[in-house]
Amino acid sequence: MPQRLPRNPFASSTSSAVAIPSADKSAHRRPSTSKGNRLAQFFSSSPKSKEQQSAQAALLSAVAAQQQHLLNNPSPQISAPSLSLPTISLSTAKAGEANMDEPPTTLFQPPSVAEAKRQAKIDAQFGPLGSQNHRYVSKHVGGELTEPVMDEPPYYYLLTTYISYLILIIFGHVRDFFGKRFKPEHYRHLQPANGYAALNSDFDNFYVRRLKLRIEDCFARPITGVPGRYITLMDRKTDDFNKHFQFTGTYTETLNMSSYNYLGFAQSEGPCADSVEESIKKYGISSTSPRADTGTSDLALEVEDRVAKFVGKPAAMVFSMGFSTNATSFPALVGKGSLIISDELNHASIRIGARLSGAMISSFKHNDMADLEKKLREVISQGQPRTHRPWKKILVVVEGLYSMEGTMCDLPGLLKLKKQYKFNLFIDEAHSIGALGPRGRGVCDYFGIDPSEIDILMGTLTKSFGANGGYVAAEKHIIDKLRGMNADTLYGESPTPPVLTQIATALKIISGDLCPGQGEERLQRIAFNSRYLRLGLKRLGFIVYGHDDSPIIPLVLYNPAKMPAFSHEMLRRKIAVVIVGYPATPLISSRARFCVSAAHNKDDMDRVLAACDEIGNVLQLKFSTGIAGGAEHLPDGVTPEMEAEWRKANGLQGVVNAPRWSLREVIANGVQDVRQPLR
Amino acid sequence: MDLQDAQKFVVQSIHDIRNTFQKVPGSAMLIRYIQSSYQDDPVRSAIELILVIFFVRYLLAPSYATHTGNFVTLTEEEIDELVDEWQPEPLVAPQTTFEEAEQEKLPVIVGPTGPKVKLSNGRTATNLASYNFYNFVGNEQVKEKAIQTLRTYGVGPCGPPQFYGTQDVHMKTEADIASCLGTQGCIVYAQAFSTISSVIPAFCKRGDIIVADRAVNYAIRKGLQICRSTIKYYEHNDMEDLERVLQKVVKDQAKKPLTRRFIVTEGLFETVGDCSDLPKLVELKLRYKFRLMLDETWSFGVLGRTGRGLTEAQNLDASQIDMLVGSLAGPLCAGGGFCAGSTDVVEHQRISAASYTFSAALPAMLATTASETLNMLQTNPEILMQCRENIKALRAQLDPRSDWVRCTSAPENPIMLLVLKPEVVNSRRLGTEEQERIMQECVDEALANGVLITRLKSMPVAHGSNGKDDAWKLQPALKICVTTGLSKKEIEKAGVIIRHAVTKVLTRKTSSKLALPGTS
Repeated sequence: MPQRLPRNPFASSTSSAVAIPSADKSAHRRPSTSKGNRLAQFFSSSPKSKEQQSAQAALLSAVAAQQQHLLNNPSPQISAPSLSLPTISLSTAKAGEANMDEPPTTLFQPPSVAEAKRQAKIDAQFGPLGSQNHRYVSKHVGGELTEPVMDEPPYYYLLTTYISYLILIIFGHVRDFFGKRFKPEHYRHLQPANGYAALNSDFDNFYVRRLKLRIEDCFARPITGVPGRYITLMDRKTDDFNKHFQFTGTYTETLNMSSYNYLGFAQSEGPCADSVEESIKKYGISSTSPRADTGTSDLALEVEDRVAKFVGKPAAMVFSMGFSTNATSFPALVGKGSLIISDELNHASIRIGARLSGAMISSFKHNDMADLEKKLREVISQGQPRTHRPWKKILVVVEGLYSMEGTMCDLPGLLKLKKQYKFNLFIDEAHSIGALGPRGRGVCDYFGIDPSEIDILMGTLTKSFGANGGYVAAEKHIIDKLRGMNADTLYGESPTPPVLTQIATALKIISGDLCPGQGEERLQRIAFNSRYLRLGLKRLGFIVYGHDDSPIIPLVLYNPAKMPAFSHEMLRRKIAVVIVGYPATPLISSRARFCVSAAHNKDDMDRVLAACDEIGNVLQLKFSTGIAGGAEHLPDGVTPEMEAEWRKANGLQGVVNAPRWSLREVIANGVQDVRQPLR
Repeated sequence: MDLQDAQKFVVQSIHDIRNTFQKVPGSAMLIRYIQSSYQDDPVRSAIELILVIFFVRYLLAPSYATHTGNFVTLTEEEIDELVDEWQPEPLVAPQTTFEEAEQEKLPVIVGPTGPKVKLSNGRTATNLASYNFYNFVGNEQVKEKAIQTLRTYGVGPCGPPQFYGTQDVHMKTEADIASCLGTQGCIVYAQAFSTISSVIPAFCKRGDIIVADRAVNYAIRKGLQICRSTIKYYEHNDMEDLERVLQKVVKDQAKKPLTRRFIVTEGLFETVGDCSDLPKLVELKLRYKFRLMLDETWSFGVLGRTGRGLTEAQNLDASQIDMLVGSLAGPLCAGGGFCAGSTDVVEHQRISAASYTFSAALPAMLATTASETLNMLQTNPEILMQCRENIKALRAQLDPRSDWVRCTSAPENPIMLLVLKPEVVNSRRLGTEEQERIMQECVDEALANGVLITRLKSMPVAHGSNGKDDAWKLQPALKICVTTGLSKKEIEKAGVIIRHAVTKVLTRKTSSKLALPGTS
């Protein structure tokens, strides 16, 4: 009979040894610039020694002169560490030797300032892996995909959320009432003037004017540089309550939890950037023609071939924009007399493509296979409205990974229905390609399903591959037909050579053709980071949505005022997050969204956890009741069946403890617990 | 459980419910009210009860009718049978032979594109098919700048502009375009093709009225389709017809509430190549209180002394155009599109234009390239003059000299569209498909002689539509793009080859229909 489970079986033994980032924030938050500066001070004499080496190489015989040079050299501080460095003495000793071709046999070469800066820059784009333990293979554990449980906060918070919106709306109307009377010039663009109707309707603009404007500084923060592991924000301030912003001229380097840089390919150094540079030199920057005219280059065909092989389809075509890939694909596939059944949470580009196609559109509840089946039975048996003629085609459209929910599509469930109801299946893998599966090949890979079972696989190249554009992959005869039908191919600009090269190189790295091992590392790091952060947040007591392996982690905030508060508090801790509210989400579930990347390492995740822990306490965000996970793991040798039995015996069925772990416990247990099925 | 237990349970639960109900504040009042009203007026109580039931039913009902009148109720077995019977059509129809042939002949460029390209069959051809008018694609200065950007920003911005995807280079490009055009603001999209398709629905809503040229390009058509406004067409470039349509709209709408009204047209038409009469358009728009959306995709970077587009060429202030849409992908050899206008117009798009909000931002290096090439055009207008010299040279070889084709493009348009002369079409009774086939043959013939040209691609016909509802049919045309990367001599030589290719195809006696004009 197991005892009541100890909260933390490892805490007593390991807690003393574990470094707790929150305790020491300065060590934890490492702005790379100051690191560079510190290093620069530390090794201030080292570039000079390099200089000497080159001078020495030019003047082979002048040993004495060299010594003199060294003496004359105005070195302001000959500190103990720089004296103790073996480089200087070795190089001067070597100067007299005959064989100068051999590289200097230095014992320890301290990084020069430039070198250290370069390394810091590289680390700011792609963090070094802390330990080989911080990896995990993203793969479905088998069985049916269970929908993640949606936890709910106490009714008090739902009620205050509604009241908050009510107050915002009332205040907005009161301000409008007086504003329109006393400051009519501010409303001029919303009024008909001079015989022209207003460009924006007063009603539509209300949300933007009275709700969004209040938190405008949390959106569209301008950045500079690479959106890698860190992202550099351009600081701005406002004097008129977010109507206008002025740049202060300063920059803030923040931890990037916002970009869709899943595999960390947003880099300005490394094999990708090198090959892109080559490509620009060879091909130039543009292909200056649509694909159907003269935009088809050997490079484009190579990339299409690689993409097809990567996703496991016989053929593929690439586009210069992910949005228009969807917007132009549907009209080429279906039309009048066909039906599109779309998940209710599908992306705007799918909706626009579906509307452009002229097909009938119907939707089903998010990821609800029972609802989809009900809908299918209805539409197939009823046929087209009014005429009752059978549908020409039925296209079910889902996304692989939903960008606001962090949920995956139920692919096994969909395929079961597909066999029975013979519809065509279109999967938009915009977020899942690269981010899911042991080989990064999207949802099919994750569930271990042959891609040939799905008719059309679409995805973007913007996110995981650090490039731009989209692709559509399918059977060869479908792609051949689409090439002549797709408006983007006929009229749109083709992907540019640098972008194509970035895609090709990223694909080579992921599949191990280039830098073997690196692609695997990236895939396993994002899987680990996703699970680690999600589990950590759950254990701290937050309500997070989505499946365990998904790199999109929405943390639900509920009250609208907590959105800017969370964003500002995170920014104060130098973490850049995305906050999303109505209308992108349902009214009550405003959220902050973390996008985990392979460029992050465990330290970064711990930093996020520490920040969330603090902010969660201040803002009262720890709502979770425990039904959505975050429980402690069973001790070794205890199976879930044994636990269920024990619970039954003790009358504890259905009793769940709300997880409110301390940050220390979360970090101490995270790495081990992530490897097991999460509970 | 026997009867007694059940009875006890029922009594107990009723008791519990009553107790709880009595604890609710105001419950006593409610009971008193019901009691007294029942005593006073039993009929009224009955009506009130019915009202309450109706209210509850109304609350629980779905907000709109899920089934129309002719919903057929079927049993589960019948549904199963129908599901088994249903056979969908294949997802795509098989390729037609024309499509197959076209795909086979699609030129594949090996290595860089430019005025001379190497094709996958090993031959080198003179490239008169790319929008590389000023040969910026091979410009070392542009490449150098792009590499610098790459080393600072990487390739992709990995996020939409509203979520940390706006980089300083995007803002710089926006400011550059705005200052070049002289508008208050500018917004840069990630793709030129989808820019106008997004700008239109961002402003035009249900109930608004759009008056558009009949010959507008595919992207505009899609924008018109996606917005739910009322659309009226006027005859291509016919300002009198436009005025007639505008007058009619104003008259029809006189008694209705004021709605937004727009004129949508192009600067240089993609499908015809000719040029809009902007002063007249602006005059009409001001007179009839319409807003003007001008798609300058093909004229920005082309027309005017420094390539600022139609406004510069026809001496108008760009701020008089409400929404000016252009491309950075064509002549500027970068990528992306833009919409310039007043601050209100631009800021409105940042949250309501779908392809801006829901798409990743433009790669930084394309933004800097656009700034760079735009600057080169501004500071170096001789490039444009050189291009126009080449246009003149090529045009002289084709338009007046050919018996078969004429050029519909404006004289300064580097994209020359050559259509069959009406007498040729009429005398041989050529349908659109035949003309298309002839054009494809001309393209093949020119390529066989070492000149790469292309043809105007017909707009894809929507599935399920019979193709009859579109009143506008674009005439199949050859598309020839001039470049400054070739000398005048080379251009002239290429022009001769194209002319001869057209003559050869049209005098070839392969088809009985292909007789000489005037003989049939």
